[in-house]
Amino acid sequence: MGRGAVSLRGVSKSFGTVAAVRDVSLEVAPGEFLTLLGPSGCGKTTLLRMIAGLESPESGRILLSERDVTDDPPHRRPVNTVFQHYALFPHRTVAGNVAFGLEMAGRARADIVPRVERALEMVRLSGMGSRRVDQLSGGQRQRVALARAVVLEPEVLLLDEPMSALDRKLREEMRAEVKSLHRRLGTTFVFVTHDQEEALALSDRVVVMNDGLIEQMGSPPEIYDVPRTRFVAEFLAVRNILPGDVQSADGGAAVVRTENGLMLRSRAAGFVAGERVWVGVRPERMGFDGAGENRVAGVLEDRLFLGDRSEWRVRAGADLLTVSEPGTSTGRQAGDGVTVTFEAAALLRLVEPALRPPRP
Amino acid sequence: MSPRHRQAVLLLAPAALLLVVLVGGSQALMLAASLGRRSAYGGVTHDWGLQNYLRALEPLYVRVLARSVGLAAATTIACLVVGYPVAYWLARRAPPTMRRALLVLVILPFWTSFLVRMYAWMFLLRTEGLVNLALGAIGLPALSLLYNPTAVLLGQVYGELPFIILPLYASLEKLDPELLDAAADLGAAPGQVLRRVVLPLTWPGIVAGSILVFIPSLGAYLAPDLLGGARYVYVGSLIQSQFAVARDIPFGAALSFALSAGVLLALWLLRRPLRAGAGESA
Repeated sequence: MGRGAVSLRGVSKSFGTVAAVRDVSLEVAPGEFLTLLGPSGCGKTTLLRMIAGLESPESGRILLSERDVTDDPPHRRPVNTVFQHYALFPHRTVAGNVAFGLEMAGRARADIVPRVERALEMVRLSGMGSRRVDQLSGGQRQRVALARAVVLEPEVLLLDEPMSALDRKLREEMRAEVKSLHRRLGTTFVFVTHDQEEALALSDRVVVMNDGLIEQMGSPPEIYDVPRTRFVAEFLAVRNILPGDVQSADGGAAVVRTENGLMLRSRAAGFVAGERVWVGVRPERMGFDGAGENRVAGVLEDRLFLGDRSEWRVRAGADLLTVSEPGTSTGRQAGDGVTVTFEAAALLRLVEPALRPPRP
Repeated sequence: MSPRHRQAVLLLAPAALLLVVLVGGSQALMLAASLGRRSAYGGVTHDWGLQNYLRALEPLYVRVLARSVGLAAATTIACLVVGYPVAYWLARRAPPTMRRALLVLVILPFWTSFLVRMYAWMFLLRTEGLVNLALGAIGLPALSLLYNPTAVLLGQVYGELPFIILPLYASLEKLDPELLDAAADLGAAPGQVLRRVVLPLTWPGIVAGSILVFIPSLGAYLAPDLLGGARYVYVGSLIQSQFAVARDIPFGAALSFALSAGVLLALWLLRRPLRAGAGESA
């Protein structure tokens, strides 16, 4: 029971005077695909390295499969890591890399060979075992790194931005591959990335981190549809974020007056009359001259063509809004006057996270 | 000749010329002298023969050679054992801002002549030297530290240590720290990380440093003469004495040429393990 569960209890770590991870608690269920998402320096990689044992926390406990491993060195932990730059051993062949962990575990040669073969097959590298690693492409190295980590059948697989070094096309291929690997293995995956698309596409649950703290966690649709803080909204591409005051709020309908004088309606829960808040709308929830309780007059400034859609920058008084228009053709041009419209349900209530522990 | 070729010739010509004249020329002179005979006044007569090489194979001289190889091997091993941890610490643990200053400290001894430093060791080790003064001050009997093979080894290791630390440092500094993390993550205990990852990947530095220490140690004569008191004869001092004392230039030349040729032959025979040692591929 509990094989593959990860439990972080009040874990902290700083480097010199910089607090990298601050009192983080998190439970990962067995078999879950959990992603730590955040910008560089938010503490996500440090957290992952603490689970691997490559960094030790200053305070807090780390449990793997319900066993306290806080004081165990990395080579005694039932986890394996796929490193950002793969960290393949250049003095070993592909098969030699995959066999390394089995050799360290003292497995017999007769046991190692078929296991290595199966692992290579799993990442579609059969027959490449005798290649030197410097003869491989980036995507192939990535697969070797995966095979090397899963061949030991870890209770938890840790992945540290494994796709950040690949180009876009390869990244999308590897995404599908990692997802299918997770399904086939059923192992707990803890995945670190700064790419929101990757996080949403792969995960059962996303943990958004900022400044060493967990900012919000939830399923990908929850995080995407209902970002709770300004930071999460910005990180997940809610492009129109405006400060304002709540004019009235009752029973799921609120009116917010933005700093620059727009009166906007929202159905989001939690508004309190008189409070200062941030509100946000995704560009794709906005339209021109359509339906919706919120209507803002503006002038088109310029257009970014993005293939399946265009993004318009719209000047609305002192505010600059970003509105997404689907389709490849548009009848509009810069300078046109428009009415930007969106539903009250599209207006998000965003807060600055309250109760942050003070910086040490 | 393409511009690229011309550039290569221009850049390499001075060094090539110097090496051909100084190394090739001097070795040719040695070879010529070694085939002659000693004249009555210490010159070389030109009646060619291999008599000097046959003489070098006499048990007396083979023992000298064996002693020298032993000294060079012991020096190399001691330098590796002492130097590797230092290089590791410098390359991977020392505060980066201090590295440059610490490396300067490693080569600081080069600012003084080796001869002067050997005399300094004599002052430290001799019967009424600093070490024995210190021992006497705390009521211990004096030790005989100078004029024995241990003193020779000590002087040799002291003199050669920087030559092994620098190449080891260079190869350890290039080692990607993520590889050490990966090895530990895959279940390697610290000793296994060292044996299975760090040593194979720094093998080129180990080989380069060992060669840089072994070869000069083979022909060493200052430390054997000054710290060993010339009680034990090593090849270096033997050759030096043939030229400077015994005035037997042909025999000295034969010993010298045979040593150079032997070293080159050994390097050539060992070229595969020396180069491929890193290729611990499974």
